[in-house]
Order: sequence, then C-alpha cells, then structure tokens
Amino acid sequence: MQFMLLFSRQGKLRLQKWYVPLCDKEKKKITRELVQTVLARKPKMCSFLEWRDLKIVYKRYASLYFCCAIEDQDNELITLEIIHRYVELLDKYFGSVCELDIIFNFEKAYFILDEFLLGGEAQETSKKNVLKAIEQADLLQEDAKEAETPRSVLEEIGLT
Amino acid sequence: MPAVSKGDGMRGLAVFISDIRNCKSKEAEIKRINKELANIRSKFKGDKALDGYSKKKYVCKLLFIFLLGHDIDFGHMEAVNLLSSNKYTEKQIGYLFISVLVNSNSELIRLINNAIKNDLSSRNPTFMCLALHCIANVGSREMAEAFAGEIPRILVAGDTMDSVKQSAALCLLRLYKTSPDLVLMGEWTSRVVHLLNDQHMGVVTAAISLITCLSQKNPDEFKTCVSLAVSRLSRIVSSASTDLQDYTYYFVPAPWLSCKLLRLLQCYPPPEDGAVKGRLVECLETILNKAQEPPKSKKVQHSNAKNAILFEAISLIIHYDSEPNLLVRACNQLGQFLQHRETNLRYLALESMCTLASSEFSHEAVKTHIETVINALKTERDVSVRQRAADLLYAMCDRSNAKQIVAEMLSYLETADYSIREEMVLKVAILAEKYAVDYSWYVDTILNLIRIAGDYVSEEVWYRVIQIVINRDDVQGYAAKTVFEALQAPACHENMVKVGGYILGEFGNLIAGDPRSSPLVQFNLLHSKFHLCSVPTRALLLSAYIKFINLFPETKSTIQEVLRSDSQIRNSDVELQQRAVEYLKLSSIASTDVLATVLEEMPPFPERESSILAKLKKKKGPGAVSVNELEEGKREGGELNGGGERGGDSSAISTPSPSADLLGLRAGPPVTAAAPSAGSLLVDVFSEAGSGSLASYFQFVCKNNGVLFENQLLQIGIKSEYRQNLGRMYLFYGNKTSVQFVTFTTTLNVQAKPVEPLIEGGAQVQQVINIECLTDFSDAPLLNIKFRYGGALQNLTLKLPVTINKFFQPTEMASHDFFQRWKQLSLPQQEAQKIFKANHAMDTEVLKAKLLGLGMALLENVDPNPENFVCAGVIQTKAQQVGSLLRLEPNAQAQMYRLTVRSSKDTVSKRLCELLAEQF
Repeated sequence: MQFMLLFSRQGKLRLQKWYVPLCDKEKKKITRELVQTVLARKPKMCSFLEWRDLKIVYKRYASLYFCCAIEDQDNELITLEIIHRYVELLDKYFGSVCELDIIFNFEKAYFILDEFLLGGEAQETSKKNVLKAIEQADLLQEDAKEAETPRSVLEEIGLT
Repeated sequence: MPAVSKGDGMRGLAVFISDIRNCKSKEAEIKRINKELANIRSKFKGDKALDGYSKKKYVCKLLFIFLLGHDIDFGHMEAVNLLSSNKYTEKQIGYLFISVLVNSNSELIRLINNAIKNDLSSRNPTFMCLALHCIANVGSREMAEAFAGEIPRILVAGDTMDSVKQSAALCLLRLYKTSPDLVLMGEWTSRVVHLLNDQHMGVVTAAISLITCLSQKNPDEFKTCVSLAVSRLSRIVSSASTDLQDYTYYFVPAPWLSCKLLRLLQCYPPPEDGAVKGRLVECLETILNKAQEPPKSKKVQHSNAKNAILFEAISLIIHYDSEPNLLVRACNQLGQFLQHRETNLRYLALESMCTLASSEFSHEAVKTHIETVINALKTERDVSVRQRAADLLYAMCDRSNAKQIVAEMLSYLETADYSIREEMVLKVAILAEKYAVDYSWYVDTILNLIRIAGDYVSEEVWYRVIQIVINRDDVQGYAAKTVFEALQAPACHENMVKVGGYILGEFGNLIAGDPRSSPLVQFNLLHSKFHLCSVPTRALLLSAYIKFINLFPETKSTIQEVLRSDSQIRNSDVELQQRAVEYLKLSSIASTDVLATVLEEMPPFPERESSILAKLKKKKGPGAVSVNELEEGKREGGELNGGGERGGDSSAISTPSPSADLLGLRAGPPVTAAAPSAGSLLVDVFSEAGSGSLASYFQFVCKNNGVLFENQLLQIGIKSEYRQNLGRMYLFYGNKTSVQFVTFTTTLNVQAKPVEPLIEGGAQVQQVINIECLTDFSDAPLLNIKFRYGGALQNLTLKLPVTINKFFQPTEMASHDFFQRWKQLSLPQQEAQKIFKANHAMDTEVLKAKLLGLGMALLENVDPNPENFVCAGVIQTKAQQVGSLLRLEPNAQAQMYRLTVRSSKDTVSKRLCELLAEQF
C-alpha cells in the first residue's frame, strides 16, 4: 500500500498515512485530487478505480471515506477488508466510533493504525492482538500518570 | 466536545480542537491557529523549563495544526526531547511527531537515531516497537545506514518477542524498499525464510511481506520459501473456519496471510518437486471448490475475504499458465462473477479475465462470454466498469470475432464517456488494422471512427490509414470512393477532410470516370471545406490541389485561379502563402513531364510497427524515453506529400513512421522493405515473436539492423556493423510496459559487457557486443535474457543473428576469372546445392538487394544467362580466408530457385547454402 487517507464527506482530511516518501506539496496535490475524485462518485459505483498508475480502493463508513492506494499487483478485495478491519479496531477501541472520536483523538487513530499496518503491509491482523497492544500502552500511560504526582512533588522541592 | 475516551487526555488539546471546530470561517481558523502558534513558541522559548506533559501537549497541538494543512517550522527539538523521556506516553507522541514531520535536518537525525538506538537496546518490547515503527514510518536513508545491520538480528533472535519480530520484519521491508543496497540479508536468509514456519500467525503475516519483496529481487537465494509457503497455505486452506481463532475473519481462515502466500508463489515458476506441486494444485482446486459452496455468512466481509483469496489464486493460475484445467475453471468462475450483483466483483472479473484472454489455454473459454461483456459495455452504470469491459473486449478480440467487437466498440463510442474516448479510438484503430481481412472493412472502420469521434482521432490514426491505403493498391479505388462519399456530408470532421484531401490527391483519378465524381466535382467538394479548416489542413489541401493539376490537366485553370486569389497568394500565414506561390509557379512553368515526376504517386511506406500502438503504449505508461522519441520523431518526420511543397512545422504532414520507431533505429528502412513482400502489408503488431525467433534469426542474414524479438513486454532491436573478421553489435532492450523490469541480466555463451540491471517502464537500455570471427562456424551464439516484470520471472533464449556471411569481403572479378575459379573449386565436397520453392515474389530488385546484403560482390555480365545471379566474396576469419562463389538461378515459371555455392572449405559451402535457402 502506498498511502491511506481518511476524509469527511465535506472533503476534510482526517487522517493521512504515507508509506512512500513524497514531498508535502505532492502529498497535498494527491490528496486534493483524490478527495475530489472519490467524492464525485455515486454510491452504487464500484469501490475501485484506476488513478495514475495506482489502484484506489475506497469505502465510505457513515460520514467518513477511507481511501487506500495500492499497486498494480495488489489485491483490491483484501484491501477493502483492511479498511474494514481498521474500522472495526477503531470501533472497538472507541466504542462505536464516530468522526469526532477520530478528530479529537487523532493520535490514537495513528497509534492503532501503526499496530495494524506497518510500512504499508499488514503487521497484525488479529483484532485481539492489536487491541491488546494498544491497551497495554494505555495502561502504561495510567501507570505513568500515577507515578507522576509524587515525582513532580519531589521535583518541586528540588530533590531530583 | 466528546469525553475523551481512554488513556490520559490532554485537556488543553481538546479545548484547542474544539475552538478550531467552532471557527466560523477560514480566516477565523487561521487567526486562532496563529494565536496558538505564538503561544507555543513563547512557551518553548520561555525561561521556565517545561515539564514533559506540557511539552507533549504542545507538540501534539503542533501536530494537529500540521495535519490541518499548515506549515510547521519549529518544535522538532522539543519532539526529539520527548523521545528520550522514559514515560511511554511522552515518547509515543514524540515518535508520532517525528514520523509525520521528519525533515532531513542532519543535526536532528543524529539525535533521533540516538534515541532510537537507545530504545532498540532497551529490551523493553513496547519501546522497541515504538522505535521500529518510527524507522518504518520515516524510512530514510540515514536510518537505513544506522539500523539496517541491527534489525535483521532483532528479527531472527530467539528471545525476541513476537510483536517486536513483526515490527522488525516490516521495518526491514521499508528500509529495503528505500535503500536495497544497505539491507544485506546474507547469513540471515535461511532463518528469515523459516519465519514462514513460525507458530505465531502474526509473525508469519508480517514476515511474508518481507520475504516476498526479497524473493522478487533475489529469487535464487529465497527459493526454499516455495515449499514452506505451499505447506503453510495447504494447512490454512484445509483448516475448518474456526481453527485459527482470531485469525479467522468472518468465517474465512487467515485471508490476509492466504493472499500473501499466493502472492509470494507468484514470484516463482511452478514448483519442480512433484509432491509440492501436487499439494499446491490441490490447494488451488480447494479454493475454486469453496467458491461454489454456499456462503457461511451473508455479510459482505465474508464474501470479500473469500473472493480475495480466490482472485489471488486465479492470478497464480494465470501466472503459471500451465494447467489448462485450472485455467478453464478459473474462467468459468469469473464468468459467473460477470453477472454478479456486486459491482466490485463484476469489475474484478472483467479485469482478471483480461489476463486469462492472453493464455492459449483459456482464450477460447473467455471468448464464450462475449455477449455478457458487450452487455456490460452497454449497460454498466459505472464508467470504470465499462472501461474494464472495453479492455476485455480488446483482449479477447481475434480474427473470429473482430468484426463484431469492432462494431460494438464503434457503437459504444457514440455515447462513451469523454474520459475514455481517445483510448477507445486507438483500440478500435489497432483491432481494425490487426484483424483486417479485407481492407475495405478497415477503411470503412477508420472513416467511421473519424465520423463518430473525430475529435479523439489522433494524428497517428489518420496517418496510418493513409499509409495502408498507399501501400495496398487493391483498396485505393474503394478508399477514394468512400472518402468522396463521406465528404459529401454537410458537416464533416476536419480529420475527414485531411484523409479525403490526401487520398483524392493521390487516387482521385480512380473514381474520376464516374461523372458524379468527375475531377471538377472532386475539387469543388474539397474546396468547399477549405475555408472551415485550420491552417495545417489548408496546407494539406493546397498540396492536394497541385496533385490534382497533375492528375487532371482539365482542372488546371480552375485551380490556378484559386491559387492566384488574394486569399491564398497573399495569405497572412506564411506557410499557406508560400505554398500558393510555389504551386502556382510550378504549375505554370514546369513541363508536363517535370510536373508528373515531381508530383508522382507516393511510393509505398516501409513496413513499420503501427504508430498507433506506440501511442496507446504511451498513453498507458508514459516512459521518459519513448515520449521523447515520439516527439522527436514527429519533428523529424519527412513529408508525406512528395510534391514540391515546403514542410513548415505547422504543415508537417509528417510520415508517422519515425514516431513508431520506439527503438530509435533510424538507420533507414531495411532493404527487404523496399518492396512489399508477398504477405500482408500490415505488420502484425502483437505477434508473439517467441515462436518466431528462428524466423527472425534468418531474417538477419541479409541485413544488419532491425527488430530481433518482440512480445508484449519487451522489444529487442539490433544494429550491427562488420569489417574484416570483426564485428560490433548493439542490442537495444526496450521495455514496452509502464512497469520496471528488475534484475535484468543477459548471458551470452561468449563474452559480453554486462547490461543495466533495471529497465524503467517505457525506457530502453543498450548493450554492446564485440565480435571476432576466429574460424568458420555454423552455430549462432545464444543470448539468454532474464528479468523480473511485476514479480514474474521472464526467461528468454535467442539466437544472436551472427552468421558466417557477415564476415564476407566482396570480391569483384571479370567473367573469365570467375569461371576459372569456379572450375578450380570442383571437388564434390566444395560444392553445396539446393533447389527450393520461392517464398517471396521473385522480384529482381529485391533479389539483388538481398544478395548485396549478404555481403558478397554481385557480379554483372558474368553469367551468360541474364536472369541468373552470380556473386563472389572472401570470408575473413582469424584462422584463414575462405573464398566463396555463388550462383542463383531463378525459374520464374516454376517459382523455384537453384542455388549453388562453391567455397574453398566444405563446411562454409554447406552453411551458406542453408542460410540462403531461407531468404528467397
């Protein structure tokens, strides 16, 4: 996979993940072009299209479009299910996810994606394992928070 | 604002995001952002050291602002500081910022790499994963330099946690993609391959992507993966839907891994080991069987996952192209999908069938679906699906259904979407040419094309129809009649005027006998369009007019009057004015003879690859070289109209030929092309030269330049020169696709300079071979070519067209000397003789050209019978010189030849005789 974009029906980009090196200008250009192309398509149309020398696989979930660019030899249907699995992961983590969750917790959306896909390839397809990894990280955050209070007290009195 | 769901929230961040969302206008948003940026900047610059939490919060805000599309030029240092925090949450945000906003500031990269190094050696799996994710996300060369050595070790170490292994595998993959030279698997290769056996499905899923990529580049080193992949696949395919627990997706066991396994296998030819192959065929059959079973769930996810595996299996079957049974089953399965209610499946079935159509085993099976596909072209509501249907019709077209398919494509063109019209036009033009059995059909089709979609008919298309009409005298009358009729339409496309003007200018005489199309009627018809046309078309029409003066002297005064009118002779366009002046002068001062010579009918065009095909290729995959070639070719194009006209740029009625010459072999047309050979004039543009490689070898006996091999992927051109016993051959490897050929190698059973290992899509590389003839020989050097295209290994062995006659030095001699030497070479083994049937027309000029191409001197006035040809030459080898004499006696009545060769060495006589017997 070369990149994944999440954008709203109004064309606002909610998440972008690039697995190939591109400059910011090029990224913006691609995004603009693709958002326009995909939004112009009608609901019953097929989820794949040729774009430049790539294949675009996209699917709409409520107000959000998930859009992946894959290479010629890549499998369209399995990419469609990559999107679905990612949606399931977000859904499970946030508890019936909505666009707002992704806006306000964008960093989490990125973390979950990194556990699931890395370098554009599926890293871990088990829902349980991905969520375990994320929850573990959350636990570490909780721990860190608990540990924070006494330490900052110590800091304040200049004991560190 | 929703409650922050999990982990620790950053309240300040949430407030900021809410503020942004509440902004009523873009200006308000920018204002709010600038305020925030100023605030963060002052915090970062302030005297008071920030605590980790604040730093994290501000860095996160910057990230949010960046993702909104604004530029961020500070905060990198603070993010790097977060990396070395021992709080997971801070580290994580630091890494995220670096991943999204990295720039190649060398100072920072050093610091980042340092932090990553610490985390990698921390033995804390969560930290290690974060560091690996960051490397995989950034994937820069600096990171590859720093970590490419370390990661393989982490990947294969026995005590590495599974999750870390997964990240390490894909991290390595990313580094390999950016800097393949830095990632050396070497000693780790076999342990990496064995990750396919790992108990943890997640590890296998991640590792297989790496293995697939490495296998594409180094197939030999990784070939043990084939049997491991087959057995892994077999276990998954035969498992019950719940066996794999969490790796089962909507009742489909491990769909991602299955697809990746099937994909990996496509990097290799079918397994040689019978048992492995049997097991694999069994898997493929099971997958095909499962497609027929009732679904285990009504959810689309179930069928998508199941069909994803099915399509990947079909890709593998097509890749092997060796199991007729599986190919036909695949085709039937896709046939069912063609009528499926899911648009996605119809789309994919059309796409996949395109490749099936090119296999000899399944071509016929694909053809049975023609009605469904035509229906799809007519009724699909989605243009991308219709596009696939058009592609498939093009792929399944052959002589048997060409008329039907071309007719359907033409009728579709009338309503086709603008986005695909140009490509459709090119396809129709190519099919019409390729499968033309009668040329009137071809002419009709192209004229229809211009009528229906004139705006989309590129120059190449109308050039080509003219080329073909010029070269086929049996269609010229029909063409003249048809364009004449077409021009009578009140509104006809300018391209039609171009074709009409050109053809009537050349062949208008063929229909002039009919009073309804008398010379003056023809002229008036053409001239009635003149004022509506653009300058280049008018220039072409002026050339047609001068040709009319030659064809029909009775039109002279009318045409001279037109040329003399102010609108022509004082035209503000310099090209038109010049033509008018020159043609007027030419027609008034030149004698009829001179006029007839200058304005003679166009000679046939040399046979070339269709330029339309080149255009389609260019459209499909613009490769830098071929595009340049095409444009350059256009500039250099000569003039099509042989008259006394001047070819200004705008008027360039250029011969399309150079633009067709993808290889840039501009060494003039091969001698054999000087006169049309007996076969079809249309070059079969898609002919698979694979089987014809022997034929093309013989084709080079009498010439040194040309195309040695061509299939859908690759074209190999040759240019060669010989002197004495030395030769030099240039091989041009042209990539006809839009995809890179990688690991491109050639081996010769003699020595050759290595060739570039990579050929970009559309590009061409050159290889030079120096040749020295040591002694006489019969066997040709073999050239083996290997490369990867899309993952599939291509292997090709060709005979290099180096033949003994290339080392001929011509020897001129008088009749007396010739017969004296002939008698001297009278030992029975010194003579070789062959009597054979003529394969081509027995045209004296062609024969002469071929004999000259052979390299001997063609001796005139030597043989008492003027019909016969005699030649003399000396073959130069390092070891010795071999004098040879040749006599060719054509018998036109019997359409036979007798060829006699005498040489001082018996093997040479024999070999020359064999080589030459294929030439005439």
